[in-house]
Amino acid sequence: MVASALETQKLCKSFGALTVADNIDFRLAPGARHALIGPNGAGKTTFVNMLTGAIRPSSGRILLGGEEVTKVSQAARVQRGLGRTFQITTLFRKLPVLDNVALGVAERKRASRHMWKPASRHAEIKDEAMALLATLGLADDARTPVDDLPYGRQRLVEIAIALGLKPKVLLLDEPAAGVPSHDSGRILEVLGSLPGDIAILIIEHDMDLVFRFANRITVLVQGQVLVEGTPQEIAADRRVRDVYLGEATHA
Amino acid sequence: MSGYTSDPRIRPLEWLPWVVALGAFFLLPEYLSLGARILTYILWALSLDLILGYAGIITLGHSAFFGLGAYTAGILGAKYGVTDPFLQLVAAAAAAALLGISTGALILRTKALTLLMLTLAITEIVSVIANKASWLTGGADGLSGVQVAPILGLFKFDLFGRTAFIYCLVTLFLAWLVVRRLIYSPYGAMLTGIRENTARMHAVGAPVYWRLVLVYTLSATLAGIAGALLTQVNQFVGLNVLGLEPSGDLLVMLILGGVGRLYGAFVGPIVYLTAQDYLAKQYPEYWYFGIGLLLIVVVLFARGGILGLVDQWWQALSRHRSSARASAR
Repeated sequence: MVASALETQKLCKSFGALTVADNIDFRLAPGARHALIGPNGAGKTTFVNMLTGAIRPSSGRILLGGEEVTKVSQAARVQRGLGRTFQITTLFRKLPVLDNVALGVAERKRASRHMWKPASRHAEIKDEAMALLATLGLADDARTPVDDLPYGRQRLVEIAIALGLKPKVLLLDEPAAGVPSHDSGRILEVLGSLPGDIAILIIEHDMDLVFRFANRITVLVQGQVLVEGTPQEIAADRRVRDVYLGEATHA
Repeated sequence: MSGYTSDPRIRPLEWLPWVVALGAFFLLPEYLSLGARILTYILWALSLDLILGYAGIITLGHSAFFGLGAYTAGILGAKYGVTDPFLQLVAAAAAAALLGISTGALILRTKALTLLMLTLAITEIVSVIANKASWLTGGADGLSGVQVAPILGLFKFDLFGRTAFIYCLVTLFLAWLVVRRLIYSPYGAMLTGIRENTARMHAVGAPVYWRLVLVYTLSATLAGIAGALLTQVNQFVGLNVLGLEPSGDLLVMLILGGVGRLYGAFVGPIVYLTAQDYLAKQYPEYWYFGIGLLLIVVVLFARGGILGLVDQWWQALSRHRSSARASAR
């Protein structure tokens, strides 16, 4: 069997008496388009935070590309190819769009230890960041501070930073959260054009987006995996309808 | 300023501080001792701006490094006959760097109020040690009789502070070149990233903690050099270089000038120490009142410090000009 791009084994997390992750066994195949869904409070964000290393699991293991990373720091996981975007836009708000992306590119190239040559003369970093912005249609905004961008474009910057890290695994935490529906088309377009060799896990409330984007879906309820399958299987599953889809009224 | 989109070339206006300093040297010969003191404080404020203004590390303990540098130079010159000014500077820098890396490694995993209290604790500890070890430091009486040999064997420290002024000016200039390079480099851009959003910096794979320890150590080194300069200028060290008070004064200076602007570190000490010099002569008992008033005015009406205010005026002026030009057409 080919090693999973990302895998968890019996992953648990409790805060006191509250169990938010309960023996989660999860496997993200190389090149997958996988969605994680579940009602509010199902533990999706906690799960993602354990994957990235922002919080430590109480027990269980996390494997990235077949290697255990359970105790590896957040930064080191990024260097091993785990990229993410944030549900709540987490950007350098006062800095230009180009700098937002370049700071990530510089980390990947191990260039941010350079203390002498001016940043703006590091063409290898700037050019790569510019090229990335161009592919996302953000080239004209390169010198604009993030704060001055419309929200939909800020979500694209969030994705641009993650892509600048050249990840093997990409965690997208509600990439279209809060974006008005007439703007979310552009984000879906960008997601659709992501390189096929990146394994993507998307956490999303927008069922429309999930069913168009994902070819595999995991449903998380109360910290446990309720069911996993293809979009057709999930849509047809009675339990999923009961706990989740039946009450789904989100835009 | 700084980052991947900014022009790193030195703008004409950035030469202004150096022109002013040289002008002062020739035009205000009776104020050169005060001038030399101001220059050492500018260097110290510059070191604080590097960690506070760029990396976002808040501290009330920056006097630990300044004071250690001051005492290192003083003890070498007064007790051990090491009178060469450069040797004293290097030793002070090394001692401060060592304290910076060891305490930085301990405290930089914390942030906000915890960090503030820990930095304060460190400078208070150093202060107590300096007080108790009076056989070495002179204790509460201070350490007098610090010997400093002529610079390069040629330029004696004179009574009017001419040598001291130029010596401090050259040292500050070199430090400014280094700090400016650093700020415009990818490393400087990365520090701004940590200040703006630490969570995002973690998420792009930056080992934030180690980066902070490094910049904290660099800043401590510069602060140590500034402290040594003060000792060499005064040929005396007292306990007033350690503890909360000098750290607080320095913070006030930088806030007055403008944090995270590089040149706020120049404007702040000039305004603060000149005001202090004037007020202390006019109202020896109430001079702190004037400083307090100045700080309140700046915090209420100019959140970016004096330079922030200048920036706003400049922008308003250029808007006014461009609209006037537009209506003239």
